[in-house]
Amino acid sequence: MQGKKSIPIREREKFIFYNTKGSDAKGSHTKGIDTQGSDFSPTCRDSQGSGKSHTLLCDTESVAGSVSQRACVYCGARVVLNPITDAYHIVHGPIGCASYTWDIRGSLSSGSETYRNSFSTDLHEKDVIFGGEKKLAGAIEEIVAQYAPKLIFVYSTCIVGVIGDDVEAVCRLAEAKHGIRVIPVKSPGFAGHKSMGYKAACEALLTLFGKEKRQKVYGVNILGDFNLAGEMWILTGYLQQMGIPVLARITGDSSYAQLLRAPEACLNLVQCAGSMTYLAKRMKELYSTPFLKVSFYGLEDTKQSLLALAEALSDEEARDKALVLIEKEEKRIQEELDFYRRKLKGKKAAIYVGGGFKAISLIKQFRDLGMETVLVGTQTGKPEDYAVLRELTEEGTVILDDTNPYELEMFIREQGADILVGGVKERPLAYKLGVAFCDHNHERRHPLAGFEGAVNFAREVYESIFSPVWSLVAAERTAYMDIENNTEKANGHYNHGRRHPIVAFKGARDYAREMKEIEARVEEGGGGL
Amino acid sequence: MLKATPEKVTERTALRINPAKTCQPIGAMYAALGIHRCLPHSDGSQGCCSYHRMQLTRHFKEPVMASTSSFTEGASVFGGGSNLKTAIKNIFSIYEPDVIAVHTTCLSETIGDDLNSIITQAEVPEGKYVIHANTPSYVGSHVTGYANMVKGMVDYLAQNSGKANGKLNVLPGFISPGDVREIKRILNLFEIPFIMLPDTSGVLDSPMTGKFEMYPKGGTRVSEIIDAGNSEYTLALGQFASTEAATALEKKCQVPLSVLKVPIGIEATDAFLMQLVKLTGKEVPEILEEERGQLVDLMLDCHPYFYGQKVAVFGDPDTVIALTEFLISLGMVPRYVLTGTPGESFTRTVEQMLQDAGLTGTVKNAGDLFELHQWIKKEPVDLLIGNTHGKYIARAENIPFVRFGFPILDRYAHQYLPTTGYKGAIQLISKMADALMDKKDRECPEEEFELVM
Repeated sequence: MQGKKSIPIREREKFIFYNTKGSDAKGSHTKGIDTQGSDFSPTCRDSQGSGKSHTLLCDTESVAGSVSQRACVYCGARVVLNPITDAYHIVHGPIGCASYTWDIRGSLSSGSETYRNSFSTDLHEKDVIFGGEKKLAGAIEEIVAQYAPKLIFVYSTCIVGVIGDDVEAVCRLAEAKHGIRVIPVKSPGFAGHKSMGYKAACEALLTLFGKEKRQKVYGVNILGDFNLAGEMWILTGYLQQMGIPVLARITGDSSYAQLLRAPEACLNLVQCAGSMTYLAKRMKELYSTPFLKVSFYGLEDTKQSLLALAEALSDEEARDKALVLIEKEEKRIQEELDFYRRKLKGKKAAIYVGGGFKAISLIKQFRDLGMETVLVGTQTGKPEDYAVLRELTEEGTVILDDTNPYELEMFIREQGADILVGGVKERPLAYKLGVAFCDHNHERRHPLAGFEGAVNFAREVYESIFSPVWSLVAAERTAYMDIENNTEKANGHYNHGRRHPIVAFKGARDYAREMKEIEARVEEGGGGL
Repeated sequence: MLKATPEKVTERTALRINPAKTCQPIGAMYAALGIHRCLPHSDGSQGCCSYHRMQLTRHFKEPVMASTSSFTEGASVFGGGSNLKTAIKNIFSIYEPDVIAVHTTCLSETIGDDLNSIITQAEVPEGKYVIHANTPSYVGSHVTGYANMVKGMVDYLAQNSGKANGKLNVLPGFISPGDVREIKRILNLFEIPFIMLPDTSGVLDSPMTGKFEMYPKGGTRVSEIIDAGNSEYTLALGQFASTEAATALEKKCQVPLSVLKVPIGIEATDAFLMQLVKLTGKEVPEILEEERGQLVDLMLDCHPYFYGQKVAVFGDPDTVIALTEFLISLGMVPRYVLTGTPGESFTRTVEQMLQDAGLTGTVKNAGDLFELHQWIKKEPVDLLIGNTHGKYIARAENIPFVRFGFPILDRYAHQYLPTTGYKGAIQLISKMADALMDKKDRECPEEEFELVM
C-alpha cells in the first residue's frame, strides 16, 4: 500500500472519517445528513482528498451491491430473545432463517435447554401461495401436544411480511385456546437492519411483561447481557457479593417465570445499550423503573459500573462491599495483567463490532493495555456513540459505519493494526491479512466480562499476537512475493529462481510444482478423449 | 442437552424441529464461489447474504465474499429491480469481478422480480458477465440451490462453437474443496483433459500467502465454462446436485452425459474410474491400482470392528447415498438413513441398496434430526455420521460420532481432507475406526482394556 488510498466506494464516503478532533468538525454539513439531533458532526474525507467535510452517516441501510458485514431485522430480534432458555422459539418462514440461527448464540443456561432446539414452520411453495397462517397454527398445536410450553415466540421473516399472514391473530387465538403466552415478534428482514430487530425484540418482551405497574422490591434487572460463555454469571456473582438481588436477567440465562418479575425491579442495569436502551426507556415510562447504562468490559468500566450501581441505589453498604470486591479482584489479576501490559505496550488495535457501546469499552480496554486503537467501526452504532468514539480515539484514527472487507483490508493495512477484534466473518479476513484476531462476539471462547474477563481478553490478545505461527506467515508472504515477481520475470516458470528458500515447506512446494507440471503436460495434449 | 426429546414419535405436519437442511441460496452462493473471479450476489435483504457468508465462513474458516441488493421496505413493495441494477453497477466498478452470479431469495421471488429482464437492462461492462439462478428459499434445499446455480452457469455461458475440445466435463456436486482436489488428482493421473464445473478448490481452501485475495487463484475460468459446450462428454456426479446442469448442457450444446454417484467409498470410486476407462480407453493408472489395493487391505484389517455395527447417517442426498453404499460394503448396518432435502428418489435408491444387501433400515427424505433422534432413542445405534448438528444427539445418547457433510462448524482441516476416491475412503475408515475404538478405550471395563486392537 503506497500512501493513503482514496475511499474505494463513492457511496460509502459518508460512512467513513478520519478523526481530526476539533478542527473544522462542526457546521459544514455538505451532504445535509441528519444525525438525529446529535451535535456530533465529525469530518469525513472525500475521495479527492480535497478536505471537504461532512457528517458521518450511520444507522441507515447498506449500499446496494456492498459486501456488507451486517445482518437483518430478524437477526437482531433473534439474537436478543434466543437466550430465554425455556421459551419455544418458532421461526415462521422458510428453513434458512431457522437453520442459520440454530444455537449459534453461545449463550449458556443454568436450567432449561429448550432454546437450543430449532423450531420452525419450514414454509414451502404452497404455503407461500395460500398463506402460512394454518401451518403456523398447526406448529403451535404440535408444540403444545408434544411439550408443556409456557411461552412461545413467533418470529415473522421477510416472506411472512410480504404474503401478509396475520401472525398476531394466530398468536392471539393460540393464547386463548391453550392458556399460554404466544408472542409475535415482528421481524421481517427487509424492514431495516439489525437495530430494528432489537426494537422488535424489546416490544415482544414488553408484551410479555404487561403494561401494569407493580409494587417495587429491592433488586435490579440486568438488561443486555446474553450470558455468552457464562458472562451473566460473573455479573450476578458480583451483585450477590454486593448484596444486591437480581430479579430478571434480560435475556441471558433467563426463564419465563423470572422475566415476569422484571417490572418489580427498582433499577435496570443496561449492559448492551445498542439492543436494550429502547426497552429501558419504555420500562421507565411504564413502570417508572430508572435505568443505568453500565459496561463490564475492561477494568475501568467494570469498576465504574459497580460503584455507579451502588450509588444509583444509594446503598452505602453495597458501595463498601463493591470497594472490597474491586480491591480483592484487582489484586488477584494484577500480576498476570501486568505481564500482558508489558508485552502489548505500543501495539495497535482495530475494532469492528456490532454496537457502539462495546466499541467504546474496547478502546478503553486497549488503552489499559498500553495499546492504541487505530480503526474502529460498528454495524449499528448511533450518532451519539460515534461522538464518544471520536472523543476517545487519537487523531488519525479511522472511524467507520457498516463497513465491508474491502475497506477493512485497506484501513487495517494503512493503519498498521496488529490485531482486529470482530465477529465470525472478520476472523479469516484478519488472518489472511496477517493480523491477529480476537472474537468479541458469539464465538468468544471464554467470558470477556468483569475482572476475570479483562484477563481473559488480555491473554487472548497476547496469545494471538505472539503466536509463533506469524513467523511462518511472514515467510510465506516473502516466498509468494518471490514466486509472483519471478513468475513475471521468468515468464511463467512457476518456481524459478526463488531467493528465499523456505526449507520447512520445500516438500509441499515440490509437490505443488509436480502437480503443476502434470497439469501443463495434460494441457499440451498429453491425453485426449 | 437433548434429554427432553421424547421417544414416542407423534405425527408432525406443520412443525420442523432441528432441520437436516438449509435454504437454496447458500447452495447457489457456494457453487458461484467455484467460478474464478466471480462475486456471488444475493438478491434480497441484507440478512440473507450475511447469514450465508457467516455459515460458509464457519464451515471453511475462510473469508467468503458476496454482495447483497440490500432490499428495504420500498423494494418489497415496488420491486427490487432498481436495487439489483444499482448493485450490478456498483459491484463492477468497485469489486471488479469477471462474473456476478445472482441468486434470488424468498423475498425477491415472492415480490415477483423478473431477473432475466432486469439483467438484460443492467449495465454490464464489455467482457464481463452476469448470470442468475432462481433459488426461492421455500423450495428444495441448499443442494437444489447449488444444482440451480450450476445450471445457471450452463444456461448463460456454455457455447457449442462446433470445435470439439477433446475434454471431459466433470460436475462434482456439492462436495468440499478437498473432495474436488482428489477428483482432479485422479483425472490428472489418468492424464485426461477436463473442465471441472464448478471448482471450489483453490477458493475455499486457499493457502496462506500473507495477502488477502478477494478472488483467490482457484475456480473454473469463464472461458472454460463457455468451452464446456465443446466437450466430448459430461460426467455428472450426484443425481441431486449435478443432473440438471448436465441435462441442460446436453440440450443446449449436445454434450452427452451420464450421472454417477459421487465417488465416495470403494464401489462409487470404482464406478467412476471404470467410466473414465470406458470413455477414454485408457488403463487405470498404477498409482490408483495401488491405492485401491491399500484400501481393500485396510477394509480387511479392521473388518472385525465394523461388521454388524449399526449406523445412523444423515446429510445431503448425493453424499449420503454413496456413503451408505460404502458402509454396506464394510459389513456395517445402516439402520437409519435420512436427508433433509426432499426427493423420493433418495428413499428409493437407499431402500434398494439395503434390500440388495439383505438389510432393513429406516430411510427418509425431507426428514429432520428430531425424528432421527427419536428413532435412535427407540433403538440405539453404534455410530452416528453427519454434520455438526449431530453432536447433540451423539452426546445425549453417548454414540461415537463422525463429522461428514455440510456444515461442519466445530472441527478443523476437513476442507483439505478428501472423502472422495480411494484415498478419501481410507480417510473415512480411519475416522470411523477412531470414533468406535476411542469409545471402547474410554469406557470398557479395566479387564477388557487392550493394548493391541
